[in-house]
Amino acid sequence: MATPTLDKMEAAAAASPFITVTFRIRRFNPEISDESTWQDFQVEIDPKERVLDGLHKIKWDLDGTLTFRRSCAHGICGSDAMRINGKNRLACKTLIKDINPEKPITVEAIKGLTVMKDLVVDMEPFFQAYRDVMPFLVTKGNEPTRERLQSAEDRERFDDTTKCILCAACTSSCPVFWNDGQYFGPAAIVNAHRFIFDSRDEAGEQRLEILNDKDGVWRCRTTFNCTDACPRGIEVTKAIQEVKRALITRRF
Amino acid sequence: MKIHKYDTVIVGAGGAGMRAAIEATKRSRTAVLTKLYPTRSHTGAAQGGMAAALANVEDDNWEWHTFDTVKGGDYLVDQDAAEILAKEAIDAVLDLEKMGLPFNRTPDGTIDQRRFGGHSRNHGEAPVRRSCYAADRTGHMILQTLYQNCVKEGVEFFNEFYVLDQLLVEVDGVKKSAGVVAYELATGEIHIFQAKAVIYASGGTGKFFKVTSNAHTLTGDGQAACYRRGLPLEDMEFFQFHPTGIWRMGILLTEGARGEGGILRNKDGERFMEKYAPVMKDLASRDVVSRSIYTEIREGRGCGPAGDHVYLDLTHLPPEQLDAKLPDITEFARTYLGIEPYTDPIPIQPTAHYAMGGIPTNVEGEVLADNTTVVPGLYAAGEVACVSVHGANRLGTNSLLDINVFGKRSGIAAAKYSAENDFVELPENPAQQVADLVEHLRNSTGKERVADLRLELQETMDACVMVFRTEQTIKTAVEKIAELRERYKNVSVQDKGKRFNTDLLEAIELGNLLDLAEVMAVSALARKESRGGHYREDYPNRDDVNFMRHTMAYREVGADGKDSVRLDYKPVVVTRYQPMERKY
Repeated sequence: MATPTLDKMEAAAAASPFITVTFRIRRFNPEISDESTWQDFQVEIDPKERVLDGLHKIKWDLDGTLTFRRSCAHGICGSDAMRINGKNRLACKTLIKDINPEKPITVEAIKGLTVMKDLVVDMEPFFQAYRDVMPFLVTKGNEPTRERLQSAEDRERFDDTTKCILCAACTSSCPVFWNDGQYFGPAAIVNAHRFIFDSRDEAGEQRLEILNDKDGVWRCRTTFNCTDACPRGIEVTKAIQEVKRALITRRF
Repeated sequence: MKIHKYDTVIVGAGGAGMRAAIEATKRSRTAVLTKLYPTRSHTGAAQGGMAAALANVEDDNWEWHTFDTVKGGDYLVDQDAAEILAKEAIDAVLDLEKMGLPFNRTPDGTIDQRRFGGHSRNHGEAPVRRSCYAADRTGHMILQTLYQNCVKEGVEFFNEFYVLDQLLVEVDGVKKSAGVVAYELATGEIHIFQAKAVIYASGGTGKFFKVTSNAHTLTGDGQAACYRRGLPLEDMEFFQFHPTGIWRMGILLTEGARGEGGILRNKDGERFMEKYAPVMKDLASRDVVSRSIYTEIREGRGCGPAGDHVYLDLTHLPPEQLDAKLPDITEFARTYLGIEPYTDPIPIQPTAHYAMGGIPTNVEGEVLADNTTVVPGLYAAGEVACVSVHGANRLGTNSLLDINVFGKRSGIAAAKYSAENDFVELPENPAQQVADLVEHLRNSTGKERVADLRLELQETMDACVMVFRTEQTIKTAVEKIAELRERYKNVSVQDKGKRFNTDLLEAIELGNLLDLAEVMAVSALARKESRGGHYREDYPNRDDVNFMRHTMAYREVGADGKDSVRLDYKPVVVTRYQPMERKY
């Protein structure tokens, strides 16, 4: 059993790990002003901590009015997608040390959705697009008494897109979505993909027709922003391409 | 103030709430009120699986599962409820599969199953493969699948509506549920939801501990709302400490890691669980493993310079197996610890994980006002409830099962009740208590800060009522909690606005945690025995003569207006299994 990495890590932790980091946060509260402003906060923090820990230090010790969503704090619930140093990430999955803490860390709300207050956006249009692609298993005929059978290979076919946590990091990183909120956006297509390629599902054609719409998959310009942004490592652009191909070949 | 009228109102949109909503929406006009967007619930953080004796990969049956559940709960389980849990597990898994849940599959295409702590063949002979799973994302898949089916059924959600009060009205001498009062986070507006039936499915209360696998939002909101209205809380002293949380952070690393062959080791590299549980070893029940880890640490065999953790060793498992079966937890180790689990062991420590206790219910999910009386129109399911299928210690994979079995049952029962009964008239000024609370916190100029009090509470709970407890440590906790509750009266918030005031929300949540911490500590102090997750060093043995009974805690308000916890007890339902010594 190897332990050297750990010993190193623990020795490093024994010395005072704290550094001073500037968080530059885009504040917005329509109860106070119609304009958003950038505000700087200095925080003493261990670089191995998360951006979310930094935001908590600000909220709990410096300014209770700072507003953001968060829940699980380890990248599973999808609450805290935000734009950190210009890139969409989950605050709870981004360590300070990985985003150059020597310079101010900028934090702002994700783009393309209406900002309600500080880092909180209106998620309704995002969830509406999700609901519009029929994100549920559709089957015909009589229900079997036991489980439906599915081979391990067929299960693997759509594994990647089952990982989606609906955080909106992909959709709100998409330039097409920024310019036209009518576009379904990557997350909705990912969730359509998850069912289109599920061997048990029988509504693939219907979903493809929905996505064949002028606001559907053809709007995608393959910029790969969504793939870069996905905190779950889903190959989002590839999934969109597979849906496009299925629309042409009608094979899935 | 807005008033809404629904047949059935469900509080919470995690696994239990959405499973209930799928049933209730088909049968009655239903609203789901949820503090978080539905898919944000902590059900999604559950990893390892959902138990059901499908016998897809080896011999198994629901009776063995019932026995394991009763034994795992150290005989504090109500055995009639455990039998329902184990029997209905099979349909609960098949229901989810039919709803679309992408389970891992066997070579035959059936649902694959793996080993998990405390689940055994033929009453403890050897570990059995009973956990149905989807990699180490089973909770995520359940949450997504249930939400997908809520979309399919057209379930009506009120997102970011925080329920703060339970309305109870006495009709002909019987206390009935009239509805709930909710605070809308986006606007700061108060809403009354008049409903024939209310189901609480608002989750656990783990955030009163510091090292916890629980989400920031798990603050016992449903338990607190009911308790403040005079309803009892059952078995609150029983809290589960999951053996494998990431060192210092508490993030869960599934027991499935040990189910796949992972081994716990001390600083000498010794597989220490062989000493404590010769048969089940690393797969003994969670309370046993957590105590063993702390025993190793206390006896100087912990790892690291401070000797304050042990290792979860996965290095002997093939990387392909880790990638296929444990992709998320290996990624957590890489992200949060900078450790490569292929080659290095992961530092872990027990983490506060699950409340076995909660709002007492019968097997239909009906809430109890005392040992036997049902509150008409009031239901609870999931971690917020205590049926009690988990007794003194829940088995891994039985919580995802619990939310599905009793979520479904309570959804059906509540909708049936709505169909057969009328609305109860709302009390006068139904929003009064919530309006007072919100106004008090918004206007307070007190000097106490939420973050300070919460941290003191969490540190007290970690130090005094975790894996090992004594009369002395629990008394320290009781005193400290009383002090914090007093100081809480002088808490103020900086954000005075109405819009998305999460500063105010955290203050309210802290109030809930403080009340529930008091209940927990007082209940623990009175239980002078060791059983399951409640281990008293001063009373190290189980005492079936005096304590094979459920604790029922009530809030009492004295003539001076001061409140305190009054304890009563309720018998355990025993059907098949007489208590035996618990060995793994």
